[in-house]
Amino acid sequence: MKLAYWMYAGPAHIGTLRIASSFKNVHAIMHAPLGDDYFNVMRSMLERERDFTPVTASIVDRNVLARGSQEKVVDNIVRKDQEENPDLIVLTPTCTSSILQEDLENFVARAQIDSKGDVLLADVNHYRVNELQAADRTLEQIVQYYLRKAEKKGDLVTEKTVNPSVNIIGISTLGFHNHHDCRELKKLMADLGIEINLIIPDNASVHDLKKLPQAWFNLIPYRELGLMTGNYLAQEFGMPTVDITPMGVVETARCIRKIQEVINAQGANVNYEDFIEYQTLHVSEAAWFSRSIDCQNLTGKKAVVFGDNTHAAAMTKILTREMGIHVVLAGTYCKYDADWFRKEVSEYCDQILISEDNGEIGDAIAKLEPSAIFGTQMERHVGKRLDIPCGVIAAPIHIQNFPIGYKPFLGYEGTNQITDLIYNSFTLGMEDHLLEIFGGHDTKEVITKGISADSELNWNREAQGELNKIPGFVRGKVKRNTEKFARERGFNEITLEVMYAAKEAVGA
Amino acid sequence: MTLAQEKPPTPELNFECETGNYHTFCPISCVAWLYQKIEDSFFLVIGTKTCGYFLQNAMGVMIFAEPRYAMAELEEADISAQLNDYNELKRLCDQIKRDRNPSVIVWIGTCTTEIIKMDLEGIAPKLEAELGIPIVVARANGLDYAFTQGEDTVLASMANRCPKESEVKQEAEKTERNAIQKLLNFGKKAEDSNHNEEYHKHPPLVLFGSLPDPVVTNLTLELKKQGVKIDGWLPAKRYTELPVIDEGYYVAGVNPFLSRTATTLMRRRKCKLIGAPFPIGPDGTRAWIEKICSVVGVEPQGLAEREAQIWENLQDYVDLIKGKSVFFMGDNLLEISLARFLIRCGMTVDEIGIPYMDKRYQKAELDFLAQTCQEMGVSVPTIVEKPDNYNQLQRIKEIKPDLVITGMAHANPLEARGINTKWSVEFTFAQIHGFTNARDILELVTRPLRRNNNLKDLGWSKLVKEEAKI
Repeated sequence: MKLAYWMYAGPAHIGTLRIASSFKNVHAIMHAPLGDDYFNVMRSMLERERDFTPVTASIVDRNVLARGSQEKVVDNIVRKDQEENPDLIVLTPTCTSSILQEDLENFVARAQIDSKGDVLLADVNHYRVNELQAADRTLEQIVQYYLRKAEKKGDLVTEKTVNPSVNIIGISTLGFHNHHDCRELKKLMADLGIEINLIIPDNASVHDLKKLPQAWFNLIPYRELGLMTGNYLAQEFGMPTVDITPMGVVETARCIRKIQEVINAQGANVNYEDFIEYQTLHVSEAAWFSRSIDCQNLTGKKAVVFGDNTHAAAMTKILTREMGIHVVLAGTYCKYDADWFRKEVSEYCDQILISEDNGEIGDAIAKLEPSAIFGTQMERHVGKRLDIPCGVIAAPIHIQNFPIGYKPFLGYEGTNQITDLIYNSFTLGMEDHLLEIFGGHDTKEVITKGISADSELNWNREAQGELNKIPGFVRGKVKRNTEKFARERGFNEITLEVMYAAKEAVGA
Repeated sequence: MTLAQEKPPTPELNFECETGNYHTFCPISCVAWLYQKIEDSFFLVIGTKTCGYFLQNAMGVMIFAEPRYAMAELEEADISAQLNDYNELKRLCDQIKRDRNPSVIVWIGTCTTEIIKMDLEGIAPKLEAELGIPIVVARANGLDYAFTQGEDTVLASMANRCPKESEVKQEAEKTERNAIQKLLNFGKKAEDSNHNEEYHKHPPLVLFGSLPDPVVTNLTLELKKQGVKIDGWLPAKRYTELPVIDEGYYVAGVNPFLSRTATTLMRRRKCKLIGAPFPIGPDGTRAWIEKICSVVGVEPQGLAEREAQIWENLQDYVDLIKGKSVFFMGDNLLEISLARFLIRCGMTVDEIGIPYMDKRYQKAELDFLAQTCQEMGVSVPTIVEKPDNYNQLQRIKEIKPDLVITGMAHANPLEARGINTKWSVEFTFAQIHGFTNARDILELVTRPLRRNNNLKDLGWSKLVKEEAKI
């Protein structure tokens, strides 16, 4: 048993359902008790979906438990097959129903007899893998199923397209800014003269999967979703994989160069260097921003980065390499893939933290007192309590990650968005100086009311006045450090002298 | 069984049970409001990642860092019984005691603890003795219960923990509990004795159901106006202030989903249940007060005027919805009471879906519904227990109701098809009980209609390309 207040990755069935409901005309049947079907709520509410979520819960209740669930599950699959004629029905249990140790393979085989569409059991261990791993596995499973089927029928398309083409693998529903990223990747591919063969699983038809092998290469933008499929396609059909996340100016260039290498090896003759240079220097504002006077003020600022592997690693690299910000800690909750993360970020940060325990990350942030955090919703929350700004860069997803406007994280427009996010997360530039010069625009005595209530230390009037002059975003930190200093030295009253002494002692 | 009074016969209601595939929130949701209500509690949900992710995401509540509830997440070794449940729970509860020191730990059993047959009721007393903190066990699982019934399981368990008169007297003599209690009550006891003349003499009355504090005060005052004294609420604001409950006490519920608590109070604590319609809407509130008054032998004063005055205040909203139709897909078991109130407002009800129907506990409300239909001259709606959402969507497509009250999963797709919706959960969380709050119910009900009035000239009612199959 584990005492948990928060989870970074969801349960396995959420991953499976994300894949199933991303495909076009695929329905999922959840074999689950009442209330386990909140996936429908998440998709409908977060994605603001106009269509009914193609997921039906076949409810397990006391009666079903007593009688055995086979009949009900099979009936529900067959019924859905008739009602909506899906191409594929994916059956998944949840953590709860998976411990019933039923022969679900047999349920599926039975249902297949009476169904026109295909029926598949998601092959996932609900206690060993999380949402991300399950999504990765389910996508591989569906791809495998349809490629084998096509192979048997003899209508597999293995001949390469005339022009260089790509499969983009890993765009899914309820993914972090996935739809905007997808649009940006499509644009990037068009700029590079590469045709899109297939994008999976988002809005793809399972019948098109047999065309996967005709692409020249597979692009896998997110490490969490698509690698298994990529590896399978590489093994089975010798398809090259490009798995460099095009996030940030430097990594986007690296990704494009890799694509160039891969397609030139197959007979193309492209040179993207001019494109990269033009995009970097004149289209993306990110490179210019790092040279601009605004960014000078970020030099040496401390930041903590935490998220999934893809986003945390990319963000760490952007902050250090492209902005000159000092990443004191980079961390991920993808424990199952920790080695990769260590390898990617170790040269760009002071410390690495691999943990699924939000308390551990919160403590680390409190101790390090960075100027900004780039993390998940949980770190944003921690930041709020510590008065440290936080930009959200990774799932778990939240309604805020489905903005109406165009906000990709990938590609050249992504670099602009990220720059904005970083810029807005720090209070900086001229604003900084003006605040210092004019004593801040925050004339309400927020600080005294908030934090001093549980502190026995008195701030005398001058010191309080001085404290109020300190810009809001560092005021809390200065106050805490001064008080810590005063307690250690046994001062009861904080005067200007104490304040300055503290500043000298701890650099508050 | 002591259903205090029978109502005269009314038109026949139609019940159906579809036993379909329907969506409601998981009953462990009750944690979200109960931990706020019972201020010195800690709720430990013993379940899987699936349960935890639900609380975090669908309910969106786990973001409050360090709340007074947590998951005991069952891992593979727990499921395969390689670990000892007692030791594991002890380890977790020790930590909770160290970190938060609550007055009570409520264990919320889930579907998984049911299936692996974890003996929570057996472990709790031993651990309670060892830990020195009361442990209340509630089986709020989705195999047996729907959404709001989670609260029912918790209150039913807590009902067993309410002290008896003799226990309180004994304790008061022995310890200072009473003094502390007086302190916590801000001298309520003293005040009570001073103002006893305001109340009629009647047997003790305890109300059950978790309501936000302002609503508690509101209902308490409504009854006080009639000279009826409430001796306690289950649950109270603090676990240490659970009401005294003894044989012969009158009890009345404020919510339609508390049938198990009612049964426990009657069978285990030998209380007399006042079977009344629920205090939702001015009509329901009046009927509820009247019924309580009649049972405790008090002549109610000025209720008709009070109800009429409330209706007058509602007139602008009533005008908006009069003659319109509403369809309840079924979610939180408040459906019957809300339908009855909306029919009284002049709406027609196409269908009342409801996850679970206890015809005995809801008898007075059902009778009141039938009576209301009769008086308003509308046909009685069909009540569909355990509805099939897919079939319901076909029916909605066919009859095109003016408003569908539905769970969150179906709201956006229905709106995209030009059908007005209101989330059923809003009625769970909003303050809807009593005379004063009736306006809040209509505020919610009329909101989609008012919004659409604002947007109607734009012609944006259908936002899906093809007529989807649903």
